[in-house]
Amino acid sequence: MSDHEYVPTPKNLNYWWTFGGILTFCLITQIVTGLTLAMHYIAHADLAFESVEHIMRDVNYGWLIRYIHSNGASMFFLAVYIHIFRSLFYGSYKSPREIIWIIGIMIYLLMMAAAFMGYVLPWGQMSFWGATVITNLFSAIPFVGEGIVTWLWGGYSVDNPTLTRFFTLHYLIPFLILGLVVLHIWALHVPGNNNPIGIDVKKPSKDTVPFHPYIVIKDAFALLMFMIVFAFFVFYSPNILGHADNYIEANPMVTPAHIVPEWYLLPFYAILRSVPDKLMGVIAMLSAILILAALPWLDTSKIRSAVFRPLYRQFYWILVIDVLVLGYVGAMPAEGLYLLIARVATTYYFTHFLIILPLLGFKEKTIPLPLNINEPILGGSPMVSALKKDKDKIIQ
Amino acid sequence: MKIFYKTFYVLIFLLLGSFQVNSAEKVKLLKVDWSFKGLFGKFDRGSLQRGYQVYSEVCASCHSMKYVSYRNLAEPGGPEFTKDQAKAIAANFEVLDGPNNDGEMFTRAAKLSDKFVKPYENMKAAQAANGGAYPPDMSVLAKARSGGVDYIYSVLLGYEDPPSGITLDDGVYYNKYMYGNNIKMAQPLSDGLVEYNDGTVATEEQMAKDVVTFLMWAAEPHLESRHKMGFKAILYLIILTILVYFSMKKIWSRIESEV
Repeated sequence: MSDHEYVPTPKNLNYWWTFGGILTFCLITQIVTGLTLAMHYIAHADLAFESVEHIMRDVNYGWLIRYIHSNGASMFFLAVYIHIFRSLFYGSYKSPREIIWIIGIMIYLLMMAAAFMGYVLPWGQMSFWGATVITNLFSAIPFVGEGIVTWLWGGYSVDNPTLTRFFTLHYLIPFLILGLVVLHIWALHVPGNNNPIGIDVKKPSKDTVPFHPYIVIKDAFALLMFMIVFAFFVFYSPNILGHADNYIEANPMVTPAHIVPEWYLLPFYAILRSVPDKLMGVIAMLSAILILAALPWLDTSKIRSAVFRPLYRQFYWILVIDVLVLGYVGAMPAEGLYLLIARVATTYYFTHFLIILPLLGFKEKTIPLPLNINEPILGGSPMVSALKKDKDKIIQ
Repeated sequence: MKIFYKTFYVLIFLLLGSFQVNSAEKVKLLKVDWSFKGLFGKFDRGSLQRGYQVYSEVCASCHSMKYVSYRNLAEPGGPEFTKDQAKAIAANFEVLDGPNNDGEMFTRAAKLSDKFVKPYENMKAAQAANGGAYPPDMSVLAKARSGGVDYIYSVLLGYEDPPSGITLDDGVYYNKYMYGNNIKMAQPLSDGLVEYNDGTVATEEQMAKDVVTFLMWAAEPHLESRHKMGFKAILYLIILTILVYFSMKKIWSRIESEV
């Protein structure tokens, strides 16, 4: 049996590992629905809003395709955040998987660009003003900032040239993502999957199962569960994740009371607004994402899985809460208490990656690792009961 | 470690506090038990037809509905007027067509394929006739306001005398539920304003409910087929998930027995 057909995979992968497959499904869904929408959509400032209404009303099942596409973006980000935080918990970014991780961060960056530009296309109020706010960030660059913004807009304000180029890029980026996804999976197949124990496994061995049918059927089950949630949004709350103002056609003369991005960008929006200086705010926001790329070197611990790192585990959950708090204050007006919370949470975010993680690798007393995956299952190791208790606690 | 738990609790506490501050600021909207909500939600056909009557007799003199066509009135899932009724409704309106073979523009009676005729030529004309305020297009209005149908229903019934100490300019009215409480639209509904054919008593609440139902349909004309399809799709997914679950258990049992 050739290695290619067999793909030995650690047998203890839990459901957090199914999100890779789910994300592939999300990408393909977005591309297929997106292509279909593009056949009916008109990228023109005077016609875009109307063409979306045309899709919703007159195109056969246009409402279904559009709601799958718009909610699909949210589901895509939901899945990618779970995927990223799974990686953070089990140390999947560590040697020898740095390349996979960095390609992943590049995919995530492109996803944000694609999602932002896609949100502009219906040419509603939030589309227009979101585009204005985000493109204006580039004006913070010293000397050339203003020139860059004019160049991005294709004029002196967000207008038709901006819309047509955003449409072009929104169409292009998913295929760039697809290419990177191929590299992401290719790079994964060199060291193979990490696993909840985080130890290297011998392949093939008692610790592994063939990818097909074992992992395939598990991924299929998880994907179906995910699709039920997805379907619920599409059919019963298709607009709950969007902003009501985006059903008002773009009007450059009227600014909405609160300009907020889509939910999945809110933590970074909060970081941006928590810094008083515009340029520094932009730098903070970008660093918040790019810092992730340096994670394999910022985390000095040799132990991958948080199951064996009692201290890291606690800091991990504090980080999760910190990001959720950032998301919440990102949706609120940047004033008073919200601004204070945003500043505390932003500071903590960077402290986690720049101070806590590097120090933890030296200070932390970790739990001894088992020799193989079978050991904790079979019993006989002194740390088995401790591990089981931990597993019940964290891996539901 | 303890210090982090402390910061954590403080953050949670602050967060909860801010939620409360937030909810205290908002006025509670009037709630209606809409027939189109829920897993099997459907429009009340009678309410949609009455709602269209309220829209055409009251709202349509200022508010356009430019994405809705007369043919939609006869389509399944909507008010479901007969085709002849919809044709007769359309024939009440005049549209500009042309140019004809002589190069002239001409007016003709509207047909089923035409979009709802707008009350004003353009936005400026609408503003000029309404004291500078633009009566928003109603095609997607029910989705374009946070609070949605409940918000519009509340605004329709939220007119009252301004609290003492607040003076309003001419042509501005006080509304309990409107954002900022000032509205340039005079109270549109009053008891008995329209006369329903089906014998329903045209109270203010009844008219508000009917017209808001109509607005929801205008914003989501495929809502009923969406709900129907959603139920089937989710039922299918659940059954398939159960089957795949047992297949998975069966397949994995080979491994677990080995161990």
